[in-house]
Amino acid sequence: METTVSTPVQNGRSTPLSAGFLDPVHDAQACFRAIMSVMARPGTRQKLVMCSEVPPEPLTPAAAAIALTLFDYDTPVWLDRPLMQSEAVKAFLRFHTGAPILSEPVEAAFALVSEPQSMIPLASFNQGSAEYPDQSTTVILTGQTFGKAQAVTLAGPGIKDTASFSTGPTPPVFWDQVVSNNRQFPRGVDLIFAGTAEVAALPRSTRITLTEA
Amino acid sequence: MNDTAQIYDQGEYNFAYLDEQTKRMIRRAILKGIAIPGYQVPFASREMPMPYGWGTGGVQVTAAVLGKDDCLKMIDQGSDDTTNAVSLRGFFEKTAGVRTTYETSEATVIQTRHRIPEKTLTEDQILVFQVPIPEPLRFLEPRETETRKMHALEDYGLMHVKLYEDIAKNGHIATTYAYPVKVNDRYVMDPSPTPKFDNPKIDEMAALQLYGAGREKRIYAIPPYTKVKSLDFEDYPFEVQKFDKPCALCGAENVYLDEVILDDRGGRMFVCSDSDHCEERRAQGHTGPMAANPAAAQITEKNQRETTR
Repeated sequence: METTVSTPVQNGRSTPLSAGFLDPVHDAQACFRAIMSVMARPGTRQKLVMCSEVPPEPLTPAAAAIALTLFDYDTPVWLDRPLMQSEAVKAFLRFHTGAPILSEPVEAAFALVSEPQSMIPLASFNQGSAEYPDQSTTVILTGQTFGKAQAVTLAGPGIKDTASFSTGPTPPVFWDQVVSNNRQFPRGVDLIFAGTAEVAALPRSTRITLTEA
Repeated sequence: MNDTAQIYDQGEYNFAYLDEQTKRMIRRAILKGIAIPGYQVPFASREMPMPYGWGTGGVQVTAAVLGKDDCLKMIDQGSDDTTNAVSLRGFFEKTAGVRTTYETSEATVIQTRHRIPEKTLTEDQILVFQVPIPEPLRFLEPRETETRKMHALEDYGLMHVKLYEDIAKNGHIATTYAYPVKVNDRYVMDPSPTPKFDNPKIDEMAALQLYGAGREKRIYAIPPYTKVKSLDFEDYPFEVQKFDKPCALCGAENVYLDEVILDDRGGRMFVCSDSDHCEERRAQGHTGPMAANPAAAQITEKNQRETTR
């Protein structure tokens, strides 16, 4: 697994910022198309274009690519504790995206989670309102490995018949949370899973069936 | 390198005209639109170098999704070579320098004004619609605060009353374009003023559909393989237009036809609205009843000259 980060690395202040996309316009476009494609076809995976240098830990390269594609001064971002404790990560995000970094998950447009196994419940994020369901948080789980953990069955918009999806690490009752997230449709959060090189997504519209072990 | 590529290298425009922050804002709206099929996501629509009504919403959506390797097709009422399609295609050739095409199967991004190509779209294609009025309830309830509440409460009784009144007045549902649909059993959506003939194509379509309304500042989407139901009643089921004759030029049946006036003595013919579909069929040797008619041949010849130009 790629995220074996127990102590956040504090190398921020003196070392120079690592670079973003080599070609900001076309790399961001390619990343967006990958994210759009997986959001429109839940359970499928797409390759991301990475930044030209490795971002500061515990921010993974895939998470950095998604951040540079979607974040800017309009999108308050919530970071989980390991990311929040790293000055280097905050400096990297502030410099490249200009996004305000928040400690209140309910106010965030995006949430970056570097330790999914101990992440806070999905219900703590902004769920959107009945009138404006689009204002909910998009939660990005980083350091994911696809196809190893127990699979769930997906159905709904973007999926022809059904699809199988498996990702990890996730918190213990994660899939129950995703099921209740879908039940409150059109409100609810959208999930993006960032692996080593690939990305997958589960929008709130996807119905989940847990497969018995 | 062509002229437009040189202009681009000199930094006249950012790729595809829009600045990167605008593209990010539109991209985020598109992602939310995909996550909530049929829901209209508000976005900060920009002023574009063309008037409202020319497809500023569709152009902004296309500009946000377009990449340098994409192949773009622009259609206006099914045709590749009418004013709107020609000018918007020129816009992207100039500002993005992407490859453009008339062929439906070759395109990766298709921007359309009110038609869906006759050829079945694939999973690798994106269909972008230009939308004038995104709110299906707008002519029934002018206040945005109220229509928003109606969508929130899934209160679509008013729309059914409207369709019922159609039946009471005309004996059938008289709505022939912008025919309301229910997406994924939740949101009632306006599929833009496409003829209702195209509504069945929206249902379970393999391609991703993105809708952009520039003046009204809304983006919405239908992911691939999404259930889209045209509203109707059990005793008055949804029906598409039927044409009693095939296309006069290519003989195609079960396609949407446009009326073409041939002279000032009442001469007319009905031909495929999808010009690429018609040309492809004629190239394959299909002929319609009027293909040999000199007046009709003159029109096709002129079109083909413009196509090859």
